[in-house]
Amino acid sequence: MDAAELLLWARGPGLLLAVGIFLFGMLLKLAEILLLGRERNLAPVRASGVGAGFRTVFRRSFSMDRSSLKTSLFVHLAGYAFHLGLLAAIFLYTPHVQLFGALTGLTWPALPSPVVDLLTVIALVSLMALLWHRLTTPVLRLISTGQDYLAWALSFFPLLTGYMAYHHLWFDYDWLLAIHILSAELLLVFFPFTKLSHAVTLFMARWYNGMMAGQRGVQS
Amino acid sequence: MSGASLERGLQALREQMDTPVAAFFSSCVHCGLCAEACLFYTETGDPRYTPIHKLEPMRRLWEQEYTLPGRLKKALGLARPVTDEELEAWRPLVYDACTLCGRCSLVCPVGNDLVYMIRKFREGMAAAGHAPEGLIGATTRAVKTGSPMGVTLKALQAQARHVEQETGLEIPFDREGAEYLVLMSSMEVINYPEYLAAITRIFHRAGKSWTISSEAFEATNSGIQIGVSDIAAELVQRVVDAAEKLKVKTVVSPECGHAYMALRWEGPNLVGRSFGFEVKHILEVLDELRREGCLPLEGQETVRMTFHDPCQLVRRGGVVEPPRNLLRTVAAEFVEMNDHGTTNWCCGAGGGVSANEEADELRLKAFHRKKRQLEEIGAEALVTACANCRIQLEEGLEANEMEIPVIGLTELLADHLAAAEQESGESS
Repeated sequence: MDAAELLLWARGPGLLLAVGIFLFGMLLKLAEILLLGRERNLAPVRASGVGAGFRTVFRRSFSMDRSSLKTSLFVHLAGYAFHLGLLAAIFLYTPHVQLFGALTGLTWPALPSPVVDLLTVIALVSLMALLWHRLTTPVLRLISTGQDYLAWALSFFPLLTGYMAYHHLWFDYDWLLAIHILSAELLLVFFPFTKLSHAVTLFMARWYNGMMAGQRGVQS
Repeated sequence: MSGASLERGLQALREQMDTPVAAFFSSCVHCGLCAEACLFYTETGDPRYTPIHKLEPMRRLWEQEYTLPGRLKKALGLARPVTDEELEAWRPLVYDACTLCGRCSLVCPVGNDLVYMIRKFREGMAAAGHAPEGLIGATTRAVKTGSPMGVTLKALQAQARHVEQETGLEIPFDREGAEYLVLMSSMEVINYPEYLAAITRIFHRAGKSWTISSEAFEATNSGIQIGVSDIAAELVQRVVDAAEKLKVKTVVSPECGHAYMALRWEGPNLVGRSFGFEVKHILEVLDELRREGCLPLEGQETVRMTFHDPCQLVRRGGVVEPPRNLLRTVAAEFVEMNDHGTTNWCCGAGGGVSANEEADELRLKAFHRKKRQLEEIGAEALVTACANCRIQLEEGLEANEMEIPVIGLTELLADHLAAAEQESGESS
């Protein structure tokens, strides 16, 4: 198989397969969560909790706790930098916007490529720093599992190969592009079955946290 | 608690798995930020006290039985099962080093309500026979005698007689049709008789009818601390029966954080139906009386006073403003600690920790957080609204040779009740 054939497979059957597994996996994941159900609350509530739930979904994207912001400034900064860079690279890079357009019919404005390039570098550096942090701080060493490193690798390689392809670094462009697409497809395939799916489930987590606290009259 | 076994524990844990738990475990990315929100971690630096780590056996059970990759791993023999030894090793993490304060739940960036899960995890731990001795003792006493500290009705009646002599007012027992049914915590009966004196004077001054039930006067609930819902339900049911028998409008939870949680928020869910009466914390009642103008107060404290928020009352219970409204009326120099209200730091002894002797040393270490908070603002007096917080604060202050008095808010307000003679003509 040469680069052109691999690229063709990655763009065609590979992509379909990856998207198919991703969609099936996410449906399964959501079913696994939702089918467990939840007991109805019989205690008289102070508020429905709906507003508080939505506010928590939004507000948890911004750290509200001064003490932990102070003590964990690095995690906050690197965390934001990585997430923003990754999201920009995925959703705001012109060729990706075109791809989403072709797949879903929806389009939106992209960022200038040099900006995405810079954000990608920031994301890569942040990811490496976060990995270093995970490997060296006692709390993270204790709580980290194999999945945490798998999720790290699955996020890192599409960014790295995308960066290399964009700059035509070291390898043949077709090979780089094929490997980049395959690495992104790997990310999709693993997404529902690893903690990468937090990108979706965190909205549920925040919702339940905020809603339950809101019913008691607290904005969490 | 008899017949405890690993299998019963795991079964109890399975019954606790619900949609929020699955959403929470699915969302955790092991960022470690919850560690910095937990005073047991910040005051000891021990990574085992990271809140999400305290849930690790429960997380694995969830993963192995409620997710596809986990089930596959289990089927292939690649999953490490949860064992009795592991649960025993987790006992100090789940019971000694967690006050159910819920600060982690407020800080988690993906929104996990960690303490919701630790409360559930304790159901499994208790059923598996891994609850600490101290809590088992308290729970057994609560079931048998009605009080976790073994306080009998006679002891309460003796205290009531003292208060009657001191105040010259009657303490009405078992009065049908009263507006308020007042509950007590054993800690108040034993250590803080001033609480009973305070409410006696306040209700008399406010002209409200109230009563104490000789069948159910204990508000605390060891069942929710140890994590045995059946017992928790039984203890709540005693209060419900007494309240409905006496046909009261409102049951008043005393100055105790988790008693409020047990009755107000967990109670109806534990007994499986809503109540025919309201449940309010004493501070909610006092704030209502203040608004109605039934709580005429006079004089102001001039020392620098601050308020320690009981976690179950404030962050987990939603009674955030009443203590502040009340304290401001009598404390000219009321100052807030840097983290206060819903972001307060726990005293270090809630959630059953104070009943668990194995945690004695650790809880005094955890108190260092409060010590620093008090030093930061140069507090001269500390007001709170939970007898359990209060005894921990007093012990902690004493251990650190800090001479700051700790005062119950109800008692402080009673000290400032305006004399009855001046009542006429007052309109506010």
